[in-house]
Formats: sequence, structure tokens, C-alpha cells
Amino acid sequence: MVKTRKLLSGNEAIAQGALQAGCNFYAGYPITPQNEIIAYLAKHMETDAVGFLPAHRVFIQAESELAAINMVYGAAAAGSRAMTSSSSPGISLMQEGISYIAGAELPAVIVNIMRGGPGLGNIAPAQSDYFQAVRGGGHGDYHLIVLAPEGVQEAYNLTQSGFDLADKYRIPVMILGDGILGQMMEPVRLSTKPIKINPVKAWALSGCKNRKPNIIKSFFLREGALETFNLALQKKYAIIRQKEARDEELFLSDARIVLVAYGTMARIAKSAISQLRKAGKKIGLIRPISLWPFPQRGFNRKNSRVKYLVLEMSYGQMLEDVRLAVNGRAPVEFLGRSGGGVPSQEEIIKKIQQIL
Amino acid sequence: MKTIFQRCQSLYDVPTHYCPGCGHGIAHRLIAEVVEELGIREKTIAVAPVGCAVVAYDYWRFDCSEAAHGRALAVATAIKRVRPQSIVFTYQGDGDLAAIGTGETIHAANRGENLCVFFINNAVYGMTGGQMAPTTLLGQKTSTSITGRKNKSQGYPLKISEMLALLPGVHYLERVSLENPQEVLKARRAIKQAFENQINHLGFSLVEILSPCPTYWGLSAPEALAWIRDVMRQEFPLGRIK
Repeated sequence: MVKTRKLLSGNEAIAQGALQAGCNFYAGYPITPQNEIIAYLAKHMETDAVGFLPAHRVFIQAESELAAINMVYGAAAAGSRAMTSSSSPGISLMQEGISYIAGAELPAVIVNIMRGGPGLGNIAPAQSDYFQAVRGGGHGDYHLIVLAPEGVQEAYNLTQSGFDLADKYRIPVMILGDGILGQMMEPVRLSTKPIKINPVKAWALSGCKNRKPNIIKSFFLREGALETFNLALQKKYAIIRQKEARDEELFLSDARIVLVAYGTMARIAKSAISQLRKAGKKIGLIRPISLWPFPQRGFNRKNSRVKYLVLEMSYGQMLEDVRLAVNGRAPVEFLGRSGGGVPSQEEIIKKIQQIL
Repeated sequence: MKTIFQRCQSLYDVPTHYCPGCGHGIAHRLIAEVVEELGIREKTIAVAPVGCAVVAYDYWRFDCSEAAHGRALAVATAIKRVRPQSIVFTYQGDGDLAAIGTGETIHAANRGENLCVFFINNAVYGMTGGQMAPTTLLGQKTSTSITGRKNKSQGYPLKISEMLALLPGVHYLERVSLENPQEVLKARRAIKQAFENQINHLGFSLVEILSPCPTYWGLSAPEALAWIRDVMRQEFPLGRIK
């Protein structure tokens, strides 16, 4: 019998989700707190790969994050389901490559298990890379689809969705977690379906047998060409905004205060909500699952007496997107810590009592 | 009538954007001719650099990827690993390969990636307007070494091919020149050798091609060829390095 439930860390679940999604190329460089992803994939992919797509899976420990993201670019250009993973400082190094991936419209999955910053910061969990993730991060007018799991099961599931979305829209997808998500262990219900087969990509580099040569590039020198291309990108982003926003909404029908939190922060928020609702307090939750596109639906409510409380392991980053979504129709309060501190259930409850 | 010469089918029938007397057009053509001769056009994937040859895909009639400045060998490594049946090469200038991309160059070589690298050494940054390159000769004037390169503040010409010779992962290294027809033919032989090495799974092959840049050397086209012969080759001797 196939064992379908397994105790995994968030990092391992992301790696296992990638394998289940048919990821056949991984390149990465060690950095805490996401090293379990590299180790897991080194064990389950080939480190001395010689073979043919799609039967083999290539693992490369790159010499730097710069090399890793550009290897992902190359593998994606050649038609692979390609992934890399890192943590905040490493993701900063990758930004140039991510911009090229977006510009060349290549599908790829990039995992950021965030740690404290700026600079070398520390290895404590944080959500301080929100702006970098949802605003593009590198140079140029582009977006990534950003998915933020709140637990290990969702990390497994969203990693798989990430590969599908990347291929569907030819766009880089980021899985954004933090050190707590990466390290904590939870039981995961594993898929019993066969591993996904990498879809055939007619645009990919494979040798120009019986067709015109394919070119992968992001360079548009001819006058007007780049603007035309950027408008096409914007059109694609508009479709993604319309179709791919995801969130979880709890108790919005009667809530006086709606907490807004993602990832690990949402788990803590849920504990606070369940404690307060037992005491009769009408508290709800909007948990963005896609951070870009940012889910607007939950904020479009008629209830004029509602207040929002944004919770972050950062200093007012998602807060800006919530304010844009609320658009002045209700007060937006904020509680955040970063640099090693995580707002606790007690701190959240205290803040709620202050504003209730 | 018997056809005794025709245009190389691995090149599009278009003029290049290169300056008069530039070596890139010759190097592009040599690569295209060898690809054709070996019958590998339909399985070749090129990786173009950032530099003067950034739009090489406008000239070669086979699959091609752009790479960020310096990252061609990271991109090519992945392409070759996921498609080992393809023939993969990078085409890189001295800034791309020996300055910003030094790390990728050394590590791809050290892993012994089964790739071909065509390294165009013209001792100057062309695309950005003639700045000092890692391979700029001592005393050579550029827009960022206006009184000539000085070793004390600007270091020495970087001999990346000699450095790579130390790495066990490297199978083949040769330095060639485009200074006259005889040397061009030798360059063609070296390029062919590199492709044959890849076809035979022998590992990392790099051909360094000394190439004229009359525009940023401040010379006429014939003077530039003579400068390779009389000056550049003193610093970068031709021949098989490994």
C-alpha cells in the first residue's frame, strides 16, 4: 500500500511538491533556513545526470545564487519544469535573473524562505521581502505570481500549483514562506496521482528540426518594440489579476474587526480569532494566499462598521496593499514585528482590545 | 552549371550590424560553417552574450538563447544538462566571459560541462564604447584607461585560458587569431575540434579568438590586423594551450 501521509517539514514538503509536479531541473546554493530543500532534492534528483527529457531530473549545486537563477533560466528555456530556492539575501542576488525570466516569458518556480534583513540580517523567520516579491523585485515593469502557504500541507499543494501557473502563463512564480514554515513539521497528505509529465512547449529550445529556429530573449532594440512587448505583458497581468487571486476568508459576515495576515502570521491570527470568538468577540480573517495578484474580493464589503487589522512579520509592507484594497472605506490598523520578533497571540489580542 | 560556392545555410541572408573591420562577422561565419559541415544545425542551441554580439541570433539560423551579462555559461550548463542530445555553445566577449562572468566561466569549466565556448578577445569593451577590458594590454588606451592601462592600479591583462588550463575538468583550450586568412583557417579548425569534442562527449572546450576592433583601437582595419600580429600576440600567444 502506498503511504499517503508523511511527517514533513515545510521545506521538505516544497521539495516533494516540486517532484510531484514533475520538476525536472533544480539548481540552488545553500543558505539557511531553506537548506532542507536542496538536501531533499539532491537525494531525489540526479547529481550526475546524463539522459533525456522527460525521463531524468537534473540537480546542480550552483556556485552562487546568480548562477542558480541563470541555470533555471536556461533549463526553462530548454523546456524544463525548473526551480530554485533560497532565502532573503540569496533572493536579492537573483533579482537580475528573475527580471530576465519575466522578460523572456519563461516559466519557473522560485522559493523564498524568508529570514531577517536588511543585509545579512539573521536567520530568524520574517516576512520582510513582501515588497520585493509582489512589486517585481528586479528592474522593469513585471510581476511574479506570489503564493504564500500557511502550513506544510499547503506548501506541498501550492508548489504544485506554482508549476502549473508558471507554464499556463509563462511567468515566474514565487513560493513565499518564512523560516517557521520551512522548519516546522506537520503531517502531509501526499498525492497518489502519477507524477505530472512536463508539457511539450513548442516555443522552447530543442534544436530547430522541422521548424524555424526558436529564440529566447528579452532584448527589444527596435523603436517601439519594447513598449509593444510591455503592453502585452500588462495584458497578461490583467488576466492573472482577474483569474488567479486566491484567499481564505473567515467570519466576514459578522466580523467587526477583520484581521489580514498571510503565511505563518495567519496561523497565529487564527489562534487569536478562535480564542476571541469563544469569548463572543466578532473577529474575522482575510488570508491572502496569492500575494500577487492581491485578493481584493474580501475587502469589497458593504459593512461600514468594520475595521481592518493588518498583521505582519515586517513593518507595514502588505499594509499598503490592504489600504489600496480598502481605499479609505474603513480604518486600517497595523501590528508588525520583524528582525526576530513574531507578533504573539497575546499581542494580537491586546491590539484588538485596544481598537475594538 | 556546377555550384562551387554558396552562402552558408546556417546564416541568415542579412548584413550584420558590426563596424567595418570587426572580427565578429568572421567568427560568426566560421561557427556557422562548422555547424553546417558537421550536420548539427538542427540540434544546435547557441547562447548569445551581452556585448556587441548580443543579437547573434539575428544571424545564426538555429535555436538561440540570450543570457544576462556574464551568465552565458550558467544558462548553457542547464540547457546541455536537460538536453544532452543537443549541441550547445556559448559565444562571449572578454567583458562577459573574463570580467563579470569569471565565476560562471571557472565553475562551468571545473564541472567539465560538455560544452563549447567561443571566447572573442578583442581587448576592449565594444558595445559600451571602448572601455578597458580585463584583457586590455598594458599601456593600451581606452576610454577608462586614458593614458594607457597601468598594472599598478588596473592590474594585468587576464589570461583566462591559461588559468583554465589548470582545471582537470577542461578538455581542450586553444588560442587562435583572425589576423589573416591562414590564421582564420586555423581558427576554423579549432572551432571544429571543439564541436567534435562535444559530439564525442569529451567535455569542456574553449577556443579563444583574438579578434580586431578597429573602432575602439583607433586604427584602420588593416592596422588592426597588424596590431594583433605585432602586439596582441606577444601578450596572448597563439596555439594549443591544453
